[in-house]
Amino acid sequence: MKDKPQNETAEKHTPFLPPKNTITLTINGVEHRLEVAPWTSLLDLLREHLDLTGTKKGCDHGQCGACTVLLNGKRINSCLTLAVMKDGSEVTTIEGLAKDGELHPVQQAFIDHDAFQCGYCTPGQICSTIGLVNEGKAKTLDDIRDLMSGNICRCGAYNNIVKVVQEALERSQAQ
Amino acid sequence: MITNQIGKPANRVDGRAKVTGEAKYAAEFSAPDLTYGFVVSSAIAKGRIKSIDASQALQLDGVLQVFTHENRPGYIWGDKNYQDKDSPPGSPFRPLYDNEVQFSMQPIALVVADTFELARYAASLVKVEYVTQEFDTDFEANIGKAYVPEQYKSNPPPEPWGNPDEALASAAVKIETEYAHPSEHHNPMEMHASTVVWGDGGKMTIYDKVQGVQNSQQYIAKAFALPMEEVHVISPFVGGAFGSGLRPQYQLFLAVLAARELKRSVRVVLTRQQMFSFGHRPKTVQRFALGASTDGKLEAVMHDAFAETSKFEDYSENVVIWPGVLYHCDNVKVSHKLVALDVYTPLDMRAPGGATGIYALECAMDELAYKVGMDPLEFRLKNYSERDQNEDKPFSSKELRECYRQGAEKFGWNKRSKEPRSMREGHNLIGWGMAHGAWEATQKPAAAKAVLSADGKLTVSCATADIGTGTYTVMTQIAADTLGMPLEDVTFKLGDSSLPMSPLEGGSWTVSSVGSAVKAVCDKVGEKLLKLAQQMPGSPLASVTFKDIIFADGQIKLKNNPAQGVAVTDIINQGGFEGIEEDVSNEPDKGQSNYGRYAHSAVFVEVKVDEDLGTVKVTRVVSAIAGGRIMNPKTAKSQILGGVVWGIGMAMEEETVMDNNLGRFMNHDLDKYHVPVNADVHDIDVIFVEENDDIVNPIGAKGLGEIGIVSVAPAIANAVFHATGKRVRDLPITLDKAM
Ligand code: FES
Ligand code: FES
Repeated sequence: MKDKPQNETAEKHTPFLPPKNTITLTINGVEHRLEVAPWTSLLDLLREHLDLTGTKKGCDHGQCGACTVLLNGKRINSCLTLAVMKDGSEVTTIEGLAKDGELHPVQQAFIDHDAFQCGYCTPGQICSTIGLVNEGKAKTLDDIRDLMSGNICRCGAYNNIVKVVQEALERSQAQ
Repeated sequence: MITNQIGKPANRVDGRAKVTGEAKYAAEFSAPDLTYGFVVSSAIAKGRIKSIDASQALQLDGVLQVFTHENRPGYIWGDKNYQDKDSPPGSPFRPLYDNEVQFSMQPIALVVADTFELARYAASLVKVEYVTQEFDTDFEANIGKAYVPEQYKSNPPPEPWGNPDEALASAAVKIETEYAHPSEHHNPMEMHASTVVWGDGGKMTIYDKVQGVQNSQQYIAKAFALPMEEVHVISPFVGGAFGSGLRPQYQLFLAVLAARELKRSVRVVLTRQQMFSFGHRPKTVQRFALGASTDGKLEAVMHDAFAETSKFEDYSENVVIWPGVLYHCDNVKVSHKLVALDVYTPLDMRAPGGATGIYALECAMDELAYKVGMDPLEFRLKNYSERDQNEDKPFSSKELRECYRQGAEKFGWNKRSKEPRSMREGHNLIGWGMAHGAWEATQKPAAAKAVLSADGKLTVSCATADIGTGTYTVMTQIAADTLGMPLEDVTFKLGDSSLPMSPLEGGSWTVSSVGSAVKAVCDKVGEKLLKLAQQMPGSPLASVTFKDIIFADGQIKLKNNPAQGVAVTDIINQGGFEGIEEDVSNEPDKGQSNYGRYAHSAVFVEVKVDEDLGTVKVTRVVSAIAGGRIMNPKTAKSQILGGVVWGIGMAMEEETVMDNNLGRFMNHDLDKYHVPVNADVHDIDVIFVEENDDIVNPIGAKGLGEIGIVSVAPAIANAVFHATGKRVRDLPITLDKAM
């Protein structure tokens, strides 16, 4: 194996690495002061820097929804969000939904309706469901299908996911 | 207390872990001082690497190394050391072996750095110069060079029977037709990933995304010349695979290589784009010549398949066995040839060969049914097969007629008007189509271990996988059922190479193989318990044998007098109980091979085609399944729903497009490679018809992972024909083709 070239002797056009920024994020109710490089996405911050691996990476390009989290109550793709842009925000991830060991009703409904198989898209689907209810836009079955279409489930659990969303909407209307 | 667990719609036992984010997948295991590997992919399809200049990357603080063919350590590079349990015949791809590029996006370097972001950035600084060579990626242009491989991956196509040429020549009604489907990629939501944790004394614990931890273990042990015990592979959760994890993928090799060289823990995760750089459903063209009598009796079938493979391995699948399974015909001739291209070797993708062969066969038969003027369902009933003609064997069970009956009734098939373009709703043309299908119900050897501990808890284990199929849940149910225990008292462990031997998780054989082993090992625990119960003073079981008892409600009871029994807790609490530990190594019964063993399906589909725009909506699907005993109707239904969604994708959306100027799959992300989203999926009804089969395996279940997909794409294509009068013979049926 070749040795790594010595930095002293190497030509000095070292590619530029930008300095880190300090930001504050409240994640699942806990305030974090973080030193973050500007190129770190919120998704990588959660998964790789904070070991909150419940939020999934399925594409890193905003094409699948696996990385959906709630930012100030709104669903966003955390892979398309640089962490430094969200200084001062509140983030809720899948890890923050159950309270004192009791599942959020949407989490329980995912289990009861078997709205997943492999479970990899599931944290994103759950956050998206909660975000969709918060938005208050979905009125019909077709609305639900459209507004949940940013979250791909390759296992194909859509029919059961739709049942969960319908129930969640009914619950929110009853409140 | 619930006693009978099999057949109950239990919630998944791993459901809570999945909805809370606690379930950990291969890229999610942490390690102190973890490093990150990022793969550099070849920009050319074929040629040689002239030079790789990693100096810029290496100058960055935190970049540890850039591994290439030039600096990788010397390993044993013989083909055999890179073959795995799912390798086709040929010479497997060996990452970083030399400077030769065999396919576009071949991994040619691994950049390892302290952080993921840095590794990714450094990878962009690696400069590669190539000498390009001419390449063949154009399937159509090379179909003339199709060949019969020296060895097929599974079985060779069945030998012909009857006099197909004569029968075809003299048939009153004939058609010749050709069907095609493109390359498709699995695209599980979780990208392939491996985390290698470097432990004390160089012991590696490897978390891998794979459908067989022991396959990865054996592959790494052979490639790196390590004793098997030193390679520990763990994979408790797999974020979908659909076949993509049947072979260990290159990120595993690269992560292990880097960990060994750097003596550090390494994680390598492929990008979504790189998920298109290994293994796909091979593009296939199928030609048919079919003959029938005027009253619709099938008289001759000729079925020739041409399928893509790579230049270095002869990948093949069972594309042409389906006429012999699905139709009775006295004169049949089939063939399967390969078209070798400069691509990575294709790889089993959900119902390999079945989704392919049944799609084309069922569309061709629909054409023939129209030509003889028969209802497609009636045509299939007329040519119903009572025997597996490929091997001239009876079926172990076949409730396909019941699938037709229940499926057609639920769908309302009898209200269909036969003529194409005869049903409409406003500007939508309505089409109703159907198809049937089958999938092998195989049992493989498997082992299992069971431990009943002094606290009354049972732990059963096997090195299998749960890729979303419900293995954790169903195995827990089988174990609990066998010993009459509640689910909460049973834990099933999987996804660890140190557990008892398992076949690869695939082929719809996990329930039959691992389930049978689980049942057998729990029976052994039961026999031990009976012996202990018989030693108890005044035992009502003193003089009975294992056949005379049942396990229910936490007790061993007399079969003919269930009021008499001994509680398992009493056996455990009588003193001196040190737990029971049993192992089995289970083989399928030899008698099975006297039968054709298949699950069957009948699928009915409604589509609505916008007459002006050509957009096709699959509005209704009824899938009736004869899959033997259904272990858990809830998870079973999810598997079939998933299969239907896959069928919708196959029929309407999925296509990896090869750019023959570059030799590269162009739409290699989820933006351009379309899979069904929520809005593409409408009403789906799943019916499980009753089917009893005590031949297929000891638990009577046929496996459901693939039967759900096989007949969906043809039923959709046939419905599109019924709606529009236009036969689209190449998938996917995009709107330009449907117009
Ligand atoms: S990972 Fe963010 S959308 Fe796919
Ligand atoms: S549950 Fe597997 S991708 Fe949705």
